Amino acid sequence: MDMNKPVDEHPMVEHPRHVSLEESWGYDRKILDYIQNAAAHGLYEIRGLGAKRSVPHFDDLVFLAGSASRYPLEGYREKCHTKTVLGTRFAKKPIELEIPITFAGMSFGSLSARVKEALGRAATELGTSTTTGDGGMTSEERQSSKTLVYQCLPSRYGFNPDDLRRADAIEVVIGQGAKPGGGGMLLGQKINPRVASMRTLPEGIDQRSACRHPDWTGPDDLAIKIEELREITDWEKPIYVKVGATRTYNDVKLAVHSGADVIVVDGMQGGTAATQTVFIEHVGIPTLAALRQAVEALEEMDMRGKVQLIISGGIRTGADVAKALAMGADAVSIGQGTLMALGCNNDTYFQNGHHWDASADYAALNTKAGFCHHCHTGKCPVGITTQDEKLELRLEPEVGARHLKNYFKTMNMELTTVARACGKSNVHHLEREDLVALTIEAAAMAKVPLAGTQWIPGVNGF
Amino acid sequence: MQHQPVGTEVKEFDLERQSVRDLNQFLHHGLEGSAIRSIEIANPGGRHAIAAGVNHPVDIEVRGHGGYYLAGMNKHANVTVYGNVGWGVAENMMSGSVRVKGFASESAGASGHGGTLIIEGDASLRCGISMKGIDIVVGGDIGNYSAFMAQAGHLLVCGDAGHALGDSIYEAVIYVRGRIKSLGADAREEAMTDADYAKVAQLLGKAGFDHNPREFKRVASARQLYHWNADANQEY
Repeated sequence: MDMNKPVDEHPMVEHPRHVSLEESWGYDRKILDYIQNAAAHGLYEIRGLGAKRSVPHFDDLVFLAGSASRYPLEGYREKCHTKTVLGTRFAKKPIELEIPITFAGMSFGSLSARVKEALGRAATELGTSTTTGDGGMTSEERQSSKTLVYQCLPSRYGFNPDDLRRADAIEVVIGQGAKPGGGGMLLGQKINPRVASMRTLPEGIDQRSACRHPDWTGPDDLAIKIEELREITDWEKPIYVKVGATRTYNDVKLAVHSGADVIVVDGMQGGTAATQTVFIEHVGIPTLAALRQAVEALEEMDMRGKVQLIISGGIRTGADVAKALAMGADAVSIGQGTLMALGCNNDTYFQNGHHWDASADYAALNTKAGFCHHCHTGKCPVGITTQDEKLELRLEPEVGARHLKNYFKTMNMELTTVARACGKSNVHHLEREDLVALTIEAAAMAKVPLAGTQWIPGVNGF
Repeated sequence: MQHQPVGTEVKEFDLERQSVRDLNQFLHHGLEGSAIRSIEIANPGGRHAIAAGVNHPVDIEVRGHGGYYLAGMNKHANVTVYGNVGWGVAENMMSGSVRVKGFASESAGASGHGGTLIIEGDASLRCGISMKGIDIVVGGDIGNYSAFMAQAGHLLVCGDAGHALGDSIYEAVIYVRGRIKSLGADAREEAMTDADYAKVAQLLGKAGFDHNPREFKRVASARQLYHWNADANQEY
């Protein structure tokens, strides 16, 4: 064959060769992109907004509503209670919430102060709590939040006893679902003078957050640390312990042993402002599996209901909330969903009474609305994950709070609707027996039967 | 700083007869507007969280050994311990002073924002880890990984320092009189300036030590970690 001739001129080839467009399973375009980027730049990707891939989740479960063998409640006449009390084990002043849906910890620095204010306003109107983050407590957030949970993080940025005493609960953060075992990185472009000042670090540098606490290294130390926090706050405030979902069964038992009033388990679908993709996609276990392990650990210790459990990591809808409660959670916590309710990944933003097109700003980031994962750059086109003076004006706290309130109210209505359909007058009466799974994987992880069968993979020798 | 009328009374607590909770409750709520200027704590017995969260300009004397987090998050108080202390003494201190006449276990002064911590003896591992503005003076040696990720403030060591001193340090400054086993990532020895000598003299004076400031060397950040560098490949 003459290799210098075009193939269609070779006498043995009658037609141009057909080329299949089917990509390789093992080397699809995502992996090709990864390899080619790594080869070109020698860098791994840092980004925000959680995992891109699908893992077994609450969507793989469905409810068995009331019919003949169970009796549903009337949807619009019979009440379904949603009051939720957290921190009843040791705290003199447990947290009382109107709904079992709370705002997850998100840092000032990662988010603008205007967003933190919007979160506080919405939480107060909804009768639920919001949570600080790695940047400490802002005055806007404290003033706007009736119930504020103050995170004690490994970095201890902005951490002080005055804010501990101004908080309504304290959350000792050990890990985060998007990056269990990993520290944080707030890139320099988000470190304006206020953020730098709160963190006692120079402006504009990449701020690393430690992956472990500076003054305790294990559960026995943690018990003493929690005792100190209680002493400082006169045993008034509930102490939460938050773990990223990995060895959840053991971690929950150790958190109970350490004296936690409330345990927060954050599954791998949890978000972050910025971490390595390898963490987001490959470290930790799905929320579904973590929740089941956490509940089992509490049940084995006879601590179910005595130590409350909050689950987070990819909770998006009222159905997710209902399933989480049925699995055994006392409440859920939402981070990424709140950002989306605020306008994250919208193609427009609302400012001064008008909608404005943000497509050029997305294009400048080499992305589009719906695909944006640029929380780490500080150039958020809709003004949420930014410290830029002009960009942050694109989120008006009153407007943001209204959207958050609508979102949470919608979820709460969905939750009570499902609960009533299952015959419950209180959302906390939802139980694992109300659920079945659509896939074998979800059945095994959640330990509920595969729909239409009595089969729970891995239970009773099957 | 709160300015309270200076009182004259001394109040005593005996932790064999009273609980740490009784003590801290009084320290948090019993001092405001009182004439008490001094608290004496007998029989601390290594108990944890002694005098944690004090927010008042009062002198506190602990007559014996303390456990974890003694004077944790202290504000305004001047605390003296006539004994040794466990982990995290003066953890996250904001202001005031804590003096330990004996030795300190791990993470002394961890994440402290302000005030002065003086340890007359040795301090163990991770002394001054994540410090954020506190000044720490150690009369003896300090252990490995001290001042890891230290952001602001000063750590002055009259004895020797262990491995990985000042690893990933930010704007805090370390002065060491003795030997340094090894420096951590991004920490480097730098020339002392007149301002450093003055600072060392000031810290020594506060602590009551009479070493010559000229005997100290300075360790601070090389600032190579301030912006993430993929090419460093864990070697800084």
